[in-house]
Amino acid sequence: MDFFGITPSVLIASLIVASVPILMAAIGELVVERAGVLNLGVEGMMIMGAICGFITAVETGSPVLGFLGGAAGGAALSLIFGFLTQYLLANQVATGLALTLFGLGLSSLIGQSYVGIKPPPTQPVPLGPLADIPFIGRVVFSHDWMVYASLAAVAGVWAFLRYSRAGLILRAVGESHDAAHALGYKVVRIRLLAIVFGGALAGLGGAYVSLVRVPQWTDGITAGAGWIALAIVVFASWRPWRVLLGAWLFGGISVLQLNLQAAGARIPVEYLSMSPYLITILVLVIMSSGRGRAALNAPAALGQNFHASR
Amino acid sequence: MTIADRPELLSVQGITKAYPGVVANSDVSFTIREGEVHALLGENGAGKSTLVKMIFGLVKPDAGQMRLRGADYAPQKPGQARAAGVAMVFQHFSLFEALNVAENVALGMENPPPMRELAARIRAVSEEYGLPLDPGRMVGDLSAGERQRVEIIRCLLQDPKLLIMDEPTSVLTPQEVEILFKTLRQLSAEGTAILYISHKLEEIRNLCDAATILRRGKVVGTADPKATTARELAELMVGTTLTPPERRRADRGEVVLGVSDLTLASPIPFGTELKNVSFTVAKGEILGIAGVAGNGQDELLLALSGELRAPADRVRINGQPVGDLGPEARRRAGLVAAPEERLGHAAVPDMSLVENALLSGAVRKGLTQRGFIDWAGAEAFAAQIVKDFDVRTPGTHVAARALSGGNLQKFVVGRELSQDPSVIVINQPTWGVDAAAAAAIRQAILDRAAAGAAVVVISQDLDELLEISDNFAALNEGRLSRPRPVEGLTIDQIGLMMGGAHGMEVAHHGA
Amino acid sequence: MLRLEKRPSPSRAWTIATPVVAVILTMVAGGIMFAMLGKDPVEAIRTIFWDPLFNAQFAAYSRPQLLVKAGPLILIALGLSLGFRAGIWNIGAEGQYIMGAIFGAAAGLAVYPVESRLIFPVMIIAGGLGGFLWAMIPAILKTHFRTNEILVSLLLVYVAQNILSSMALGALRNPEGGGFPGSRNLSQIPAMANTELVAGTGMHWGVVVAFVAVIAAYILLQRHILGFQIKLAGQAPRAARFAGVSPNRLVILCMGISGALAGLAGFFEVSGPAGQISIDFATGYGFTAIIVAFLGRLNPLGILLAGLLMALTYIGGELAQFMLGLPSAAIQAFQGMLLFFLLAVDLLSNYRIRLARKEIA
Repeated sequence: MDFFGITPSVLIASLIVASVPILMAAIGELVVERAGVLNLGVEGMMIMGAICGFITAVETGSPVLGFLGGAAGGAALSLIFGFLTQYLLANQVATGLALTLFGLGLSSLIGQSYVGIKPPPTQPVPLGPLADIPFIGRVVFSHDWMVYASLAAVAGVWAFLRYSRAGLILRAVGESHDAAHALGYKVVRIRLLAIVFGGALAGLGGAYVSLVRVPQWTDGITAGAGWIALAIVVFASWRPWRVLLGAWLFGGISVLQLNLQAAGARIPVEYLSMSPYLITILVLVIMSSGRGRAALNAPAALGQNFHASR
Repeated sequence: MTIADRPELLSVQGITKAYPGVVANSDVSFTIREGEVHALLGENGAGKSTLVKMIFGLVKPDAGQMRLRGADYAPQKPGQARAAGVAMVFQHFSLFEALNVAENVALGMENPPPMRELAARIRAVSEEYGLPLDPGRMVGDLSAGERQRVEIIRCLLQDPKLLIMDEPTSVLTPQEVEILFKTLRQLSAEGTAILYISHKLEEIRNLCDAATILRRGKVVGTADPKATTARELAELMVGTTLTPPERRRADRGEVVLGVSDLTLASPIPFGTELKNVSFTVAKGEILGIAGVAGNGQDELLLALSGELRAPADRVRINGQPVGDLGPEARRRAGLVAAPEERLGHAAVPDMSLVENALLSGAVRKGLTQRGFIDWAGAEAFAAQIVKDFDVRTPGTHVAARALSGGNLQKFVVGRELSQDPSVIVINQPTWGVDAAAAAAIRQAILDRAAAGAAVVVISQDLDELLEISDNFAALNEGRLSRPRPVEGLTIDQIGLMMGGAHGMEVAHHGA
Repeated sequence: MLRLEKRPSPSRAWTIATPVVAVILTMVAGGIMFAMLGKDPVEAIRTIFWDPLFNAQFAAYSRPQLLVKAGPLILIALGLSLGFRAGIWNIGAEGQYIMGAIFGAAAGLAVYPVESRLIFPVMIIAGGLGGFLWAMIPAILKTHFRTNEILVSLLLVYVAQNILSSMALGALRNPEGGGFPGSRNLSQIPAMANTELVAGTGMHWGVVVAFVAVIAAYILLQRHILGFQIKLAGQAPRAARFAGVSPNRLVILCMGISGALAGLAGFFEVSGPAGQISIDFATGYGFTAIIVAFLGRLNPLGILLAGLLMALTYIGGELAQFMLGLPSAAIQAFQGMLLFFLLAVDLLSNYRIRLARKEIA
C-alpha cells in the first residue's frame, strides 16, 4: 500500500527524522519547565544552535563538532535568559520573547557569509545487516546518530525525573520554590542548570535543522519549530514519553504535507504548509479543554520568579 | 531526674539579627536542656521565626553565638543543622503538594534510603508515634493535620536531638492537638528536646517545661509556664494589660443572609469542594465559622463574595437571590467581604492605598461616574479609613506592601466596614496581627454588628470566635455543621464539629 | 557581594530613568558589536541615531520616514501594552497586522474600479475587523478552553503568512500584473490610497490614528475604571476577581483592541507606504512593537517616544546599511539587545542593590 507513491517504511523513517529538532528542543524545555521556569526563547536558542552548529561544522569539517557547537550556541543564549530571570528577576515571558527576537537577528548577522554553502554530511550509523531487515531495517536501523541520541535523551530525562534524587529535587523546585528553599536547596542554581540544559538541547535541535534536515543556512531556518516544541510540552502534559508522541505526530504531519506538495496534490501549497501550525493549535485546544488533569500536571511554580527575601 | 539536672543541649548567647528597617532579634539568649520542652512565646512580629531560622541554618546571625552539646554551632545551611541533630517542622511552605508523602520525606533528608525502604520506615515510625500516614498518597490530597504529620515524621526519621516546632497547633482540631501532645511528650521522655513556638498560652502551660518570652526581638522574661497564670504570660508577651472587647447586644432582627444547600466545586488546585452548606445570619448577629485550614474556608468566602457563582437561590440577601451575581452586584446588594490573604487578594501589593480603596469601594462609595474614576473621592475615602481605623502609614499614596501586616489588615477590614454594609463576611480577621491591632479589629466588627449588620467571621482561632460570635459552626471537609449558640459549648463538642482527629480513630465527619 | 533588596514602594524616578539607561547601555554594547563587525562604532551610532534627523544630505528624505515607520509601531504597541499590563500575552500582532492588510485591501479591491468617498472608510473598518477577528481566535480559545494565548497567537502568525502568500499569488493578484505576484497598487488608486496628508512630513491617516490612540489609551489608563481593572488583573489577578473584574471579559477586550489596532496598522501600511499585498509585505512590525511596548514601559506616552526611537533605528539602520555596509540583521540584533538591557535594568525600579556581606539566604 502506498500513500501518494511513498512507501510506509520511508514515510515512517522520514517522520522520525523530521521530528528530531522539535523532539530535542521539547525534551530540553520540559526539563526547564519541570524546574518551574518558562523559557519562551526556544525558537531563538534553536536558531542560534542552527547557525553556531553550521559554522562549526563548516569550519572544522566535522558534523560531530558541529552539533557540539550548536549545543554551545543554544546554551550560551540560554545563559542570558538565566541571568536575567534568575538573578535580575526579569519577567520570564518578556525575556523569552527577547531571546527569540535577539536570536533571530544575531543568527542572521553571523550567518551572512554562510548562505549557500553545503555543510559536511552526517552519515547514518552503520548498523550492518540490521539495516537490511525488511521494513524494520528502514524504519529503525537506518538513521544518523542524532536520531538515536534524541531517543536516548527522552529515555534519559524520563529516568532522571522518575528515579534519581536530583530529578526529585528538580521537580520539587518546580512545585514550590519556597518550600525547596526552606529545606535548604539552592533554587536559583538548580534552575540555572535546567535552563542551560534546555538551551543546549534546543541548540542541538537547531543544529540538526541546518546540518541534516535542510541542510544549509538561510535566515529564519527554524521556521517556528521552537514554538511548536513549546506547544508539544503542553500537549505532553510535562511527561517525557508523551513529548516523543507529540514530536512524531508533528513530524508525521510535516512529512505528509511535504509529500503531498511533492505529489502535486490539488490543495494549494500555502494551505498545506500552514497545516502543521493549525494542527498544533488544534492539539493544544484539545489538551487544554480536557481541564483538570493536564492543568494539574503543570508545575505549580511555572513562570514565577524566586527571590529569597528573609 | 528533674529537667534542671539534665545536661545542656543548646545554648544561644547574644544573638542579634537586623534587617533593613527592623531589628528582628536583639541580644537574645536562652538555653535548652536535653528532653526539655521549651516554649518560645511571643506575639506576631516578636522575632520568633527569625530566631529559629538561625538555629536551623536558614538565616545567619549578625552577632552572637550558639553552642550545641558544648561544641560551637554555626550552621551555614539547613543540611548542616540536620546533620547536627536539629530538625524543624515548619508552619508553612515546606511541602510539595504534587509529590507523594515518601518523596516529600526524602526531600527533607540528607541521605534518604531507596524509596521502597523509606516507605517501610515511614510506616514503622508513624505507627510507633501514633501518627498514621500512607507513604504513597499525594500530599495535596491530605488534610492540614496529616500534612503536619508528614513534616514531623520527616524529622523523626533523622533521629533529632532538638525538634523545632513553629506554631504547630494552628492547623489542628482540639482532638488532634491532644494526639500531637502525646507524641511530643513521648519524644521528650525519650530525650529529644523540643523548641515549641506559639502564642497560645494554655497550650504552653499544658505542655512546656520552660518558656522564653520575646517582645520586639528582645527577651523580656523567662517563666515556668506551669507555675504562671495565662494572664501573667499574656502581659509579659504583650507588654500591656489587655481589655477584652466590649460587647453591646443588639436586638436580633430578621434574617439578612441566607445560604441554602450550597454545593460548589473548588477553583483552587487541591482545594475543597463545598457540600450542602446551609446557614442563616440575622441582623445584628455574628456567626463564627471555625475549622482547620483547608476545609473549605477559602471556597466559602469566594462563594459569598461573588467570586465564585452558584445557582441564584442558593445565596440570598434580604430575601433576594444573589447566588449568580458577581462581586460588584453583591456589593450593591449590601454585602462586603474581606478575604484572608491581604496581599494579592484583598489588596494589590504594588498599588497605593488610594487605588486599593477604590478596589472594593468603587460601587458603594460611588467613586465612578459613567466609568470615569473620581480620584479625589477615592483619596478622601482612603484618608477616612486611615483615620477611623488608626492605620499607621506615612500617607495614602504609599504602596500597600509597605504597610506592616497589622496595619494593612486594619486598612482592609476598615475599607469593608466603612461601606455601611448590611452583610459582612470576613475570613481570618486577625491572622498574623499583633494583639493591639487584633483587639481593635474585633471591636470594630462588634460595633458593626451592634449597628445592625449581619456578620460572618471565618477563623481558625477558636478563642477569637468564642469571644465575638453569637452562634458557632465549623467547616469540615467542605461541610458546615449546624450552627449552635456559643453559650454552653464545650471544647470537646467544638472539636467534634471540626471533625475530631482527621484520619484517626474518630469518624471522619459526624454532621 | 551584591544583594537585592525589595523597595517598599516602586521608585518613580527609576521607572522613568530605566528606558534611558537601557538605551545608553545598548548603544555601548551595540557599538562593541559594530566594532567586531569591523565598523567604526562611533560613526555607526552617529549614522543610526543622528544622521537621519540632522544630516543635511539625508534628513529631507529620512525625517518624514520617521512618522511613516513610527505610526504602525505605536499603533500596534499601544494595543499590546493593554494586554501586557493585564497579563494577557498577545504576541501574534504580526499575524493580525497581515490579516488587517488583507481584509482592508480585499474590501476595496472587491469593488474596483468603483470610485467613491465611502470606500476608504469602509476599508479602514474592514482592516480593523480583520485584525480583530484574527485576534479573537486565541482570545476565544483562551476563554472557552483555557488554551495558552501566547502559543496560539504566535502560531497563527505562520498561518497568516501563508494566507498572505496565497492572496498575493491567488485571489488578490493583480489581473493586469503580467502574472507577477502581488495585488494592484492601492496607493495609486485614488479612492483607496492612504496618502501623505501634509507634504514632506510623512503624516498619513495611520499616523493620525496612532496619535489619537495614544491620547485615548492615556485617558483609559489614567481616568477610566476599565484601565484600572486592566492594571489590577495584571498585578494581582485574584484581587481583580475580588474587585469584580471578569477575567474572560478582559481577555476578549484586550485581545480585541490589540488585534483591531494591529489590523488598522496593517491596512494603513498596505494602502500607503507598502502599496500592495505582496509576499514580502510583512516586515516584522508586529514583533518590533513588542519591544516598543516594553521600551515605553507600557505607558502610552512612553510608547509614543519609544515608537519614534525604534523608527529611528530602522531608518538609521537602512542608512548605515547604505553608507557603511552594516548588515540589516545587525539592526535586528541591536533591537533585541535593547529589550535585554531594558529587562535587566527594570529591576532597579523595584529593588535596591546593596553591597552586603555574604549571607546564606
